[in-house]
Amino acid sequence: MVAFVIRRLIGMVAVLFAVSLLVFIVFILIPGGDPAERMAGKNPTPENIHNIREKWGFDKPFYVQYVRMMEKAGNGLVPGPHSEYDILRSFDTRQDVVAEIKKGIPATFSLCIGAGIIWLVFGILVGVISAVKAGRWSDRAITVLALIGISMPVFWLGIVLRYFFAETRTWFPDGGYVPLSQDPAQWMYHLILPWFCLAILFIGFYGRVLRSNMLDTMNEDYVRTAKAKGLAPNRVLGRHVLRNSLIPIVSLFGLDFAAVLGGGAILTETVFDLKGVGWYAAQSVGGLDLPPIMGVTLYGAFFIVVFSAAVDFAYAVLDPRIRPT
Amino acid sequence: MPERLLEVKDLKVRFATEDGVVRAVDGVDFELDRGKVLGIVGESGSGKSVTAMTLLGLTRDKNTRFEGEVDYKGNNLLEMPESRLREVRGAQIAMIFQDPMTSLNPVYTVGDQIIEAIVTHEDIGKSAARSRAVELLREVGIPNANARVDDYPHQFSGGMRQRAMIAMALSCNPDILIADEPTTALDVTIQAQILELLDRLRADFDSAVILITHDLGVVAEVADEIVVMYAGRIVERGSKRNVFYDPQHPYTWGLLGSIPRLDRPKPKKLHSIEGTPPSLINLPQGCKFRPRCPHAFEKCFEEPELRNRVEDSGHLDRCWLSVEDKRGLRDSTIAGEARVPA
Repeated sequence: MVAFVIRRLIGMVAVLFAVSLLVFIVFILIPGGDPAERMAGKNPTPENIHNIREKWGFDKPFYVQYVRMMEKAGNGLVPGPHSEYDILRSFDTRQDVVAEIKKGIPATFSLCIGAGIIWLVFGILVGVISAVKAGRWSDRAITVLALIGISMPVFWLGIVLRYFFAETRTWFPDGGYVPLSQDPAQWMYHLILPWFCLAILFIGFYGRVLRSNMLDTMNEDYVRTAKAKGLAPNRVLGRHVLRNSLIPIVSLFGLDFAAVLGGGAILTETVFDLKGVGWYAAQSVGGLDLPPIMGVTLYGAFFIVVFSAAVDFAYAVLDPRIRPT
Repeated sequence: MPERLLEVKDLKVRFATEDGVVRAVDGVDFELDRGKVLGIVGESGSGKSVTAMTLLGLTRDKNTRFEGEVDYKGNNLLEMPESRLREVRGAQIAMIFQDPMTSLNPVYTVGDQIIEAIVTHEDIGKSAARSRAVELLREVGIPNANARVDDYPHQFSGGMRQRAMIAMALSCNPDILIADEPTTALDVTIQAQILELLDRLRADFDSAVILITHDLGVVAEVADEIVVMYAGRIVERGSKRNVFYDPQHPYTWGLLGSIPRLDRPKPKKLHSIEGTPPSLINLPQGCKFRPRCPHAFEKCFEEPELRNRVEDSGHLDRCWLSVEDKRGLRDSTIAGEARVPA
């Protein structure tokens, strides 16, 4: 157990290092990526560019710049005042990247946790119903709905939802975010549309995966044994079929959830004006602004690594065959 | 006179499939008395497993049609509502399956799965059920049962898992134990142990056993009566003595001939029955074994009925050949010298 945690921590640092280095190198290679020229504005004098280069350290070798950038990012995580050049700042807006990400976290977490619960519950429901009714009309209807759900792009669905439910009819607020601490009812009211918008794709997908897992499991010999024991159908379904079919869903959920939590809900946040981490990522990518891109990437990679460790751990709990002895 | 537990009368099971109607079981009759072992023998697709699963209602489906009667202590199991049948399953008629490696759920302990069977049918506390599970595991020969009861199936060997399956099947002291190819997936040495165990437990628990196998060697060990099935019907039926010493059906001869034996002169090659089992959708006309039978003649285009043709009135078969002809042809056929005419 201790060995497992230590291995995971080492792996986590290694992944974060590799990801940050990759982002950094890619940025250097991008044409038009020279930040000094961009920061100098329109019609700069050569001295101007030279000054910026010197002041921000762009004239240093790339590995020195990389180490400096990581140092600054680390400083940002430490509370307390920092000087102008001691902290990771956006090249464009000069804002503190770490602080901006922190500012986005409440909206992103609210969106993702709510949507995660919705897609898990409904995904399992859809999967169970269509597996139990496999081949009947209800299964076919659910299959069609699930495929429609999977096929609708979030940016389209979000705009359509906003148009019909927040603009032509004002049943829901037209985007925006209200902090939970400020007004829980308004918080939820503002998030209902984004929650479903983000969850629908996953509901369809999880429903399909669970359906086929369950249909496979129903043909397992141990399910026949359970029936031959005289167990009631619900018990066979819940304890033997569903229990075993949910194991792969756990790993899917862990990674998908980590991805949206780590800023992957870019489209949903942008469409619904939720100023979360994904929205921030979208802003910075558009401006080729390295520090925020680096910050958001590391933030996302952190969640992926943490949740994949959690998935491995959950697997061991759920499936005794892979439990270390 | 031992108590009659089960009477199967003219049982027919048909599955509607996209390719047509599969006549998996087509008119099967047998009886089972308390304390007896009935061996059902036949190759894959002969309908033996479907017969067994049907006794427990495990073949019930919207695409399945049943005919005939399965009378268990005065109740027709074919028409029993599902909820009542569930009380019979596992409690009065229990079943063990071919592959012990996959027949236990990998995510629960062996003990949990036995306890589940007990508490489903009996109003008894978890700890009492647990001590019963330990007792049963000890009974079927699991060493250190007290600790092993908390093991997961993957921590058991194949033989141990089959023992655990038997313990689970016996947990509610059933009248009938159906063993569907219980030794097929096991090593030869373990096979003998499992058969011995089944035989001992049958006596201890005063149950009846239906032993399904493709291996005549297995039934030779323990069966009292033997039913030989081919293409969904019984082709020969009699006591173990009848079937081994005076077999009347060419299919039975083929099965006997395909057992390697050390007490007979070594044949050039091991005999096998020529051809393949018929499609259960398009059965051959007349005797179903005709296309593979080395002794088929004109009359075999009509189907013979299953009836007594020899001195012993309990010995039935389904073959048109005269008894003298059969006794004359038998030994050479078993030795593999007869060939199906081209």
